[in-house]
Amino acid sequence: MKSLLTILLTLCIPLLTFSQSTNGKVSQGASIQLAIDSAAPGDTLFIRAGKYLENNLLIQKPLTLIGLDYPTIDADGKGEIFIVAGKDVTIQGFKLINTGRSSVEDLAAIKGLDAHDITIRDNRFDNTFFAIHLSNTNRALIQNNHLKAEAEHEYQLGNGIHLWKCKRARILDNEVSGHRDGIYFEFVTNSTIERNQSVGNMRYGLHFMFSNENEYLENTFKNNGAGVAVMYSHGMKMRHNNFEDNWGTASYGLLLKDMRDSQIIGNRFTGNTIGIYMESTSRSTFEDNLFKQNGWGVKLQASCDDNSFSKNNFIANTFDFSTNGSLVLNKVNGNYWEKYQGYDLNKDGVGDVPFHPVSMFSVIVEKVPSAMMIYRSMLVTMLDKAEKVIPAMTPENLKDNCPSMKPYDLYRKSK
Amino acid sequence: MTRIIKYILFDMLRTRFILLYLGFLLLSTISMFMLDGDNAKVVLSLLNIVLLVVPLVSVIFTTIHFYNSYEFMEMMLSQPINRKTVFLSQYLAVILALSLALLVGVGLPIFLYGASGSALTLLYASLMLTFVFVSLAFLAAVFTRDKAKAIGVGLLFWFYFALIYDALLLWVVYQFADYPIERATLAMISFNPVDLARILMLLQLDISALMGYTGAFYKEFFGSNMGFVYSTAILLLWTLIPVTWSMRIFKRKDL
Repeated sequence: MKSLLTILLTLCIPLLTFSQSTNGKVSQGASIQLAIDSAAPGDTLFIRAGKYLENNLLIQKPLTLIGLDYPTIDADGKGEIFIVAGKDVTIQGFKLINTGRSSVEDLAAIKGLDAHDITIRDNRFDNTFFAIHLSNTNRALIQNNHLKAEAEHEYQLGNGIHLWKCKRARILDNEVSGHRDGIYFEFVTNSTIERNQSVGNMRYGLHFMFSNENEYLENTFKNNGAGVAVMYSHGMKMRHNNFEDNWGTASYGLLLKDMRDSQIIGNRFTGNTIGIYMESTSRSTFEDNLFKQNGWGVKLQASCDDNSFSKNNFIANTFDFSTNGSLVLNKVNGNYWEKYQGYDLNKDGVGDVPFHPVSMFSVIVEKVPSAMMIYRSMLVTMLDKAEKVIPAMTPENLKDNCPSMKPYDLYRKSK
Repeated sequence: MTRIIKYILFDMLRTRFILLYLGFLLLSTISMFMLDGDNAKVVLSLLNIVLLVVPLVSVIFTTIHFYNSYEFMEMMLSQPINRKTVFLSQYLAVILALSLALLVGVGLPIFLYGASGSALTLLYASLMLTFVFVSLAFLAAVFTRDKAKAIGVGLLFWFYFALIYDALLLWVVYQFADYPIERATLAMISFNPVDLARILMLLQLDISALMGYTGAFYKEFFGSNMGFVYSTAILLLWTLIPVTWSMRIFKRKDL
C-alpha cells in the first residue's frame, strides 16, 4: 500500500510542477527572449516599465506576458517584435514600436502562426508595418488596443489588424488609425468585430475578402479611403455601425462586391461621397439605415438582384439612389425619402403615389461626371420635374410604392 | 456724394418697390423656416428663389429706377457736380437699397432661426448676385434712351444667365464627354455669374458629391478654399467691369 502511494506521488510531482505556473519578472536591461526561453509552459512573465531594444521574440509555448506600466519594446526598424507560434498565449499591456518594413514579408509587431486562443489586450502600437498579423489562428481575442501608423504612401503601410485563415476571432474596442486597411480579414469565418474605431486609414477602414458568416457591430469608420469593403463573402451581419466622412474619388461608406445573403441593419451613413456602393450583390437585406448628407446614398449597379431596401431614412443626400441600367431586380419599398413630394389622403402614414428615387440628373452625372457643375441650376430642376412626370431616362420600375411620410425613429431602435 | 446717395435712397424707399421686395423676401423666408424644421432643406428652397428672383428684381428695379430719375440726374448735372459723382451715387444707392432689402428680408430670418454655414453662404451669394445684376442693368440702361428696350435687354441678360446658358453648357458637356473637359467647364462657368453663385452653394451643400468622381483637378479646386476665392474674385470682376464700362459711356453721353 505504502509503495503504491509513493509511486502515485512520484507520478504527481512532475504534473504538479507543470500545472502550477510560476511568475517571473523582467526588468530593463534584461533580455525578454531569455526570460521566455527559460519560462515553463503556462508561466506568467511580468515585464517592468522601461525600454527594451529587442526584436523577433519567439514564443512557442503557452505563456502570459504582462507589461507593467507599458514597457516599450522597440524593434528599431528591424524585423518583427513578437512571433507567436504556440497556443494559449496572452500579450497584454505593451507598447510596441518601430517594426521593420518590407515589401516581401509581412512584418508585424505581433505575428501569430497557428497561435490558437491567443489574447492580445491593452497594447499600444506605434509606427508598425503590420500591427497584429494572425494566420491560421482560431479563437483569437484582440481587445482594447491602440494602433497607429503614419506614412506618405500606401505601399509603405501594412494593415492594422490582419487575419488570414482564422475562425471565431473576436476583435473588440480597438482604435486603429493611419494604416493601409484598419482591419483586414481574408478567409476568416464566424468572427465578431465590435465597438472598434477605424479612422484615417489609407485604404479601407475594414476589409473582408472571402470571409463568410462574420458580424461587425457598433464600429465607427471615419475619414478612411473607403469605410468598409466586403468582397466575395456571404452571410455577413453588419449592424449599428457609423460610416462617416469617407471622401474621395473612389470613396464609399460601404463597398459590397460579389456578396450574398447578408444583413445591413441599423447603420448610419453620413457625409460620405457614396454611402453604399454595391455590385453583383444578391439576397441581402438593408433595413433601418440612415443615409444623410452623402453625395450618393446608394449606388446600386444593375448586376445586383433580390436585395431589399426597407425602412431606411434618406435625408439631405445630393442623390438618394443611382443605378447604371434600366433592369431592376431589387425591391425598394417603404423607405422614408426626404425628397418625396407626394400626399397621403387616407392618413395612414404611407404616401399615395410611388416615389422614383433615381433622379434624372443622377443618370446624366453617371454618364458625364462634369455635368455635376450645373447641379441645382434652374434648368436641372426643370428637367428633373419634367422627368418625374414622364420618365424617359430613369428606370421606371425602380420605385418605392409605399414611401413613408415621416422619417423612421431609428435612434430609439438602435438603443 | 453721401448726401446725394441719401436723397436717392429716401426717394427710392418712398416708391414702395423696395418695401414690397423686402416684404416678399421676409415673408417667403420666414414661412419656409416655419413650414420646415430642417434648416438645410430651407436653404435649398431659398436657393431656388435667390437664383431666380434676386437677379430678376435687381435688373428690373435698376432699369426702372434709372429712367425714373432721368430728370433728377439732368437737374443734378446742371449743378457744379461732375458726372462721375452723379452716376456713382445712383449706382451705390441702388445697390445699398437692394442689399438692405436682402439683408433684412433673408438675413434677419436666417439669424433668427439659426445661422448655419450654408445659410450664410446663401446670403453672401445673393448679395454678390445683386451687385452683378445691378451693374449689368446699369450697362443696359446707359446704352439706350428707350426704357422698354433697356428693360428688354436686362430681362434678356437674366433669362440668358438663369436658363439658356446652362442648357448650352449641358449640351457642350454632353458633346465633349469623352474629352478631359474639367478645366474648360470651369472656364465656361466663369462666364455666368448665376453659375458662380451656385457654385458657392454647391461647395456648401454637395461637397461630398463634388469630391466624388470628378477628377483630381476638381478635387484640388473644391477641396481647398480655392473654389470660394475663385468664385468671389470672378463675381467681383463681373461687377466691376460693367459698372466701369457704363460709367465711361455715361460720362460721354449726350443726355
